[in-house]
Amino acid sequence: MKHGHFDLKWPICCRTALGERVESVNAVITEQVPRLRRYARALTGDRMSADDLVQDTLERAWEKLHLWQRGSDMRAWMFSIMHNTFINHIKKKQLVTTSLDDDEALSVSTSATQEHSLEMRDLASSIGKLPYEYREVILLIGLEQMQYEEVAQVLDIPLGTVMSRLSRGRERLRTIMAGENAPALRRVK
Amino acid sequence: MSKYFGQLIEDDLHAYVDGRLDAARRADVEAWLSDHPADAACVAAYRQQNDMMQALFNPVLNEPLPLQMHPQARRRSFVQPLRYAAMFGAMVLSGLVGWYMHGVENSRQSPMLAMVKQAALAHVVYTPQMQHPVEVGKEQEEHLVKWLTKCLGRPAKPPHLGNVGYELMGGRLLPGNQGPAAQFMYQDARGLRLTLYLSNQPADKGEAAFRYAQEGKVSVFYWIDSNMSYALSGEIGKADLLRIANAVYQGLNP
Repeated sequence: MKHGHFDLKWPICCRTALGERVESVNAVITEQVPRLRRYARALTGDRMSADDLVQDTLERAWEKLHLWQRGSDMRAWMFSIMHNTFINHIKKKQLVTTSLDDDEALSVSTSATQEHSLEMRDLASSIGKLPYEYREVILLIGLEQMQYEEVAQVLDIPLGTVMSRLSRGRERLRTIMAGENAPALRRVK
Repeated sequence: MSKYFGQLIEDDLHAYVDGRLDAARRADVEAWLSDHPADAACVAAYRQQNDMMQALFNPVLNEPLPLQMHPQARRRSFVQPLRYAAMFGAMVLSGLVGWYMHGVENSRQSPMLAMVKQAALAHVVYTPQMQHPVEVGKEQEEHLVKWLTKCLGRPAKPPHLGNVGYELMGGRLLPGNQGPAAQFMYQDARGLRLTLYLSNQPADKGEAAFRYAQEGKVSVFYWIDSNMSYALSGEIGKADLLRIANAVYQGLNP
């Protein structure tokens, strides 16, 4: 990971013993920022909303740092803060997105007449058409490459819910990208 | 096999896509897929989703971080007690300095704020100049850099800001609180001018963080990097100036 842009010098007031601890924890937070930005970009689909989301996540993380347990997984902690911040942005209508709640309306919005090939369709816009609950799961797994159990922890949902959202999310994404003409994966359940 | 291919099959297909299965289960899934081409097509599509996501979004990892995402730029500090202690220390220190140096102007304000005032002053004095806004023009940029670097005793190279719409006009040498200082001037297509003020870092580094100040109509972003203090001044809004400050910072730290 590149750290070339992180070398602003620290204020002298932070160079105490406590300051060193603060500095090293800050470095651990900063280390997560590129990943948070990548995830946020995919999640929101645009740079401005994504960086707003990252910025608010960072502010919260800095505020709540005393709640973070040293030695525990900083990535999971930061991503769960981002998840909560993301939900807040949606509630405050700072982000316009679709949810599973308006799923019915969504499923008719992709026309069955579209027959573009996979390569022709824009992945980013297809991801944007998914309910955000699916989007989070398929991105945390496919892009962030988290373990399924970690995703359950980050999103604070049962593992079974992670698996069903993963399955439905991927299938939905596949049909959106294939123009809904592809055969569906058999449902064995 | 039939008991294996119960209700877990769908989860296993995904775990297969994500490379989370052990060798035995992987072999089972592969056997299933060779008999079920529709499922095999889905698996291929899901793998391709992952690959495309990576290809599309991984470049974000290498984008330079905006300045406001550095911990130094936070709005509120979580180390309040530390901050109060530092403030108290600064008060005692400035009291002592004031006691020893009464009569010396600027002793009551921090060296960084004194630098900001100088930068803002130099901005309002030189940016309205029509005839001689700069001492050495951009056509002699190489000479300008050599000269100012020699005067300040540290590399003084103007970043190029064409990507945010500002062109270098040139620069000048100025007297500063920490010895010689330099000012670079930039202009956009409408003729709006910005200045970047450089001086040696004051001995007190108490305000090294990236900060914003307002001096009359002039907005200033200032920070310390590599033993130099920088102040970017302009008569524009904070958000616009921040965007340019980002470009300056990135130009200085390529």
